[in-house]
Amino acid sequence: MAEIRVVHYLNQFFGQIGGEEKADITPFSQEGTVGPGTALQKELANDIKIVGTVICGDTYFNENIETAADKITSLVAGFKPDILIAGPAFNAGRYGMACGAVCKAVHEKLTIPVVTGMYEENPGADMYKKDVYIVKTGNSAAQMRKAIPALAKLAMRLVWGEVLGSSAEEGYLARGVRKNVFHKQRGSARAVAMLLQKIKGETFVTEYPMPVFDRVSPRSAIKDLSKAKLALVTSGGIVPKGNPDHIESSSASKFGRYDITGVNDLTKETYETAHGGYDPVYANEDADRVLPVDVLRQLEKEKAIGNLHNFYYATVGNGTSIANSKKYAHAIGEELKQEKVDGIILTST
Amino acid sequence: MDVPVVHICTVVPISLTVGANRIDPAVAIPHPLGNPQLSPDEEFILRRHIVENALRALTTDINEQTVFEMP
Repeated sequence: MAEIRVVHYLNQFFGQIGGEEKADITPFSQEGTVGPGTALQKELANDIKIVGTVICGDTYFNENIETAADKITSLVAGFKPDILIAGPAFNAGRYGMACGAVCKAVHEKLTIPVVTGMYEENPGADMYKKDVYIVKTGNSAAQMRKAIPALAKLAMRLVWGEVLGSSAEEGYLARGVRKNVFHKQRGSARAVAMLLQKIKGETFVTEYPMPVFDRVSPRSAIKDLSKAKLALVTSGGIVPKGNPDHIESSSASKFGRYDITGVNDLTKETYETAHGGYDPVYANEDADRVLPVDVLRQLEKEKAIGNLHNFYYATVGNGTSIANSKKYAHAIGEELKQEKVDGIILTST
Repeated sequence: MDVPVVHICTVVPISLTVGANRIDPAVAIPHPLGNPQLSPDEEFILRRHIVENALRALTTDINEQTVFEMP
């Protein structure tokens, strides 16, 4: 049998081009393996070969999703592959979005199997798990050694056209596909058995997991802006120069509350970003680019708004867990409620 | 208490996925409310437009997730 051809997709970091300063790089391809591709190749059967690698910057991809996906699809097509493997992206949000979107586009246009890997809280997982097989990985590249064999295994099963078992058996994220199967026990017996396990406090696996809907209903609009008190909140890591609360550059364990009484403009001498997930040059030059204090002070002076709340809240949204994010949101929300704020502007990078 | 929130962000699909209701699309990931290519005055005007669009979102009643494209 002829050699099976694989193309591997990577971002600028794993593609060994550079960090955030290279996140704007446009898609390009090169022959053979790059970075984690070497380990991936070792896990694949002898007749399966990574013939090429396509690399694109995460920022470029996410700011130009359609153009980038088209360009990457044609670069992938150039290698005439039998399968595309993307990532793994772990908990890197923009990389996960890119891996998902690239897989989906390649599958639709080239009709070849595709597979990627990421942490289940990656926004790319939620967005693309219905379209693409996503191998469940840990939340950081420290888990690479475990992720690569799992990714390789599912890739081989897909390219060989094997029939896959359930998501739990195969280790991919559930795609919401239900299959009819014959079970040796009827439903009522299984339900009673599960109930008894539950009563005894034993663990059991539900046959019908409830979807997790994390939604709030839209709140009413502000009636009179000229009397409204507005507050600023950001996940972009804007902090007073020197980062007095030592908010971490990733996986932040806290948020900060900062007094901006009398502050009309954020300058490079007074504010900076603590965020480690994007190129900080522009925010450090002028933090108003992330947290628009200057504009809101002007609107306040013009009486277009009632006033700007004199404290703003900031954390770093970079690999921060959903559980922690919720905790911070509740705490910040509670404080802003006490302060009788009428509206909140939340900025993200 | 009924306090609306507007999310100013660049990658709108992420904002939709995580469940923001009022979304104001921004310029770029490292500078959502700015553009270093512009002169400081032009950049301030651009930022003011984005904030004004956010205020439009906060003063508009909605029933579902809504992306407020720049007018």
